[in-house]
Amino acid sequence: MSAKTLYDKLFDSHVVTEENGTALIYIDRHLVHEVTSPQAFEGLRLAGRKPWRKDSIVATADHNTPTNGWEKGLDGIADPIARIQIETLDSNIKEFGAKAYFPFMDKGQGIVHVMGPEQGATLPGMTVVCGDSHTSTHGAFGALAHGIGTSEVEHVMATQCLVQKKSKAMLVRVDGKLGRGVTAKDIALAIIGKIGTAGGTGYAIEFGGSAIRALSMEGRMTLCNMAIEAGARAGMVAVDDTTIDYIKGRPYAPKADQWDAAVNYWRTLVSDDGAKFDSTVTLQAEQIQPQVTWGTSPEMVVGIDGVVPDPTKEVDATKRGSMERALQYMDLKANTPMSAIAIDKVFIGSCTNSRIEDLRAAALVAKGKKVAANVKLALVVPGSGLVKAQAEAEGLDKIFKEAGFEWREPGCSMCLAMNADRLSPGERCASTSNRNFEGRQGQGGRTHLVSPEMAAAAAVAGHFVDVRSL
Amino acid sequence: MQAFNTLNGLVVPLDRANVDTDAIIPKQFLKSIKRSGFGPNAFDEWRYLDHGEPGMDNSKRQLNPDFVLNKSRYQGASVLLARENFGCGSSREHAPWALEDYGFRVIIAPSFADIFFNNCFKNGMLPIVLDAASVDHLFKECEATEGYQLKIALQEQTITTPGGQVFKFDVDAFRKHCLLNGLDDIGLTMQHQDKIKAFEAQHQKAQPWLFN
Repeated sequence: MSAKTLYDKLFDSHVVTEENGTALIYIDRHLVHEVTSPQAFEGLRLAGRKPWRKDSIVATADHNTPTNGWEKGLDGIADPIARIQIETLDSNIKEFGAKAYFPFMDKGQGIVHVMGPEQGATLPGMTVVCGDSHTSTHGAFGALAHGIGTSEVEHVMATQCLVQKKSKAMLVRVDGKLGRGVTAKDIALAIIGKIGTAGGTGYAIEFGGSAIRALSMEGRMTLCNMAIEAGARAGMVAVDDTTIDYIKGRPYAPKADQWDAAVNYWRTLVSDDGAKFDSTVTLQAEQIQPQVTWGTSPEMVVGIDGVVPDPTKEVDATKRGSMERALQYMDLKANTPMSAIAIDKVFIGSCTNSRIEDLRAAALVAKGKKVAANVKLALVVPGSGLVKAQAEAEGLDKIFKEAGFEWREPGCSMCLAMNADRLSPGERCASTSNRNFEGRQGQGGRTHLVSPEMAAAAAVAGHFVDVRSL
Repeated sequence: MQAFNTLNGLVVPLDRANVDTDAIIPKQFLKSIKRSGFGPNAFDEWRYLDHGEPGMDNSKRQLNPDFVLNKSRYQGASVLLARENFGCGSSREHAPWALEDYGFRVIIAPSFADIFFNNCFKNGMLPIVLDAASVDHLFKECEATEGYQLKIALQEQTITTPGGQVFKFDVDAFRKHCLLNGLDDIGLTMQHQDKIKAFEAQHQKAQPWLFN
């Protein structure tokens, strides 16, 4: 048998039937949230269909939920349309069923991509889908995970399958040792800076190499989370001890009598020696600096010691136009040192960077310091109720509050600003989220993507600063 | 799903790369639990001068006269001409819902983001990938010619310009079949339910922990 990539193994082991390159693949885990599911449930209802396997569904409310005012319960949701959407998820889960549901204000509630793994609901070898592009996160476990649209949410509910064509396979190999203050987020941004936001289009990316092997599960999730920002629907990391150790003992992990068999299978979820990739990209860890985006696409990124690029030096007319438009939107001048850019707000959170390790790293930078006077708001939004409880048990909340950060309830929050947490027009934000698109964090808002350490350092300095110099 | 066969449609050129789905339909409109009515808010932040929220009377809002969709010569367009990596970012199907509700049936670009591309086919819309030079050519003709229309024939997989120039395009055979016949994926998949059940039984035997 020829050598297979991890992607080959995951895809091929889920093919129900295939015709002319179009396959029906079986879906093991379906994560559901309030924003992209109501129309799918409505479709089932209108067609008189039931979920094929309701035990594949794990649901929570995250995108729309407020991060403060929880003492008022549902009445704390000021926006009546948001409230209806959250209540609609409640009633849909009640009607159609699920394996697990973490409703608004439940202690297990959280961002779907933080909640799934921490519950052990994401396992190696699974196919995982969700009506959310950052589903690529779950590939960190050696799973095939990607975002789908609402029509496909309905399709998976009704049939437990998805119509798919196999993607090409790309290996992104990062070898060496990351420098101090350089994180998985910086690897992700450096990769996107190198291959572009469409560089991974049509591919499933496997991240490999010694620098990836050295990452924690939190780091691997951050990296796979941003595969979609490189255009790849799915990102993945092969299974090793780090993966297995993380899963053990979690609520929905295999129980004792199944554990050894599961682990034996999971150990096979690596690319075989000699497996062929359609494309390979390599980076050297030592060369990666803490990254800061300067524009309105994640590929518009430089190291913290860099400057805002000069569009007049770009030969490609389309790219030049994009750069000029981005600089105008961001209100930046070419050749400005990144460390000279002052900020108005800080957001530490999102499915990219809101896990316990992220909060620990940010707290370490913030400890004993104060948020700079020019920073109007510095928000810390834990990824889930469990992350919040863990952080509080470790005293991280106190560190943040003493430094002048606001410590909030879990949710997607200012990553996409569907709730009340948002930028006002013209405000500039150091954000640990994943998208710096125009208006993403609020109409007219200006987003710079950074790691949690870099966000905390910017909060304290009032401008971007090299976290390694602190 | 509405079928798609041929279209003679007015073309509007949206000359920017990496148009993301946040731009196509901003987040505040994602709170709806319906799948219709998003058209008036397509490209909301570029299209209007004020900040849009759900429930506003969009006909009373001030349009941005500089935004291409607002120019009188492009009113009634059903073909959107775009640049590379169109539809990147969020998987929100509200983006194709908004474009379809606005009146677009065809989007032509040098490349699309995967999830958006896929979502279009689920909504009776045809996204067409053409090489960058051909797209550039269409941009130039479209901008130079008022009332510029393209004829798109899915069966033949051709785009024909007003001057009679013909561009061939590729489309996946299964998607073409579904689009030509307006077929609903779920119905087609359910024809395989015995195979799905057989797969599921074998899968459960091999990895019982997935079915706890």
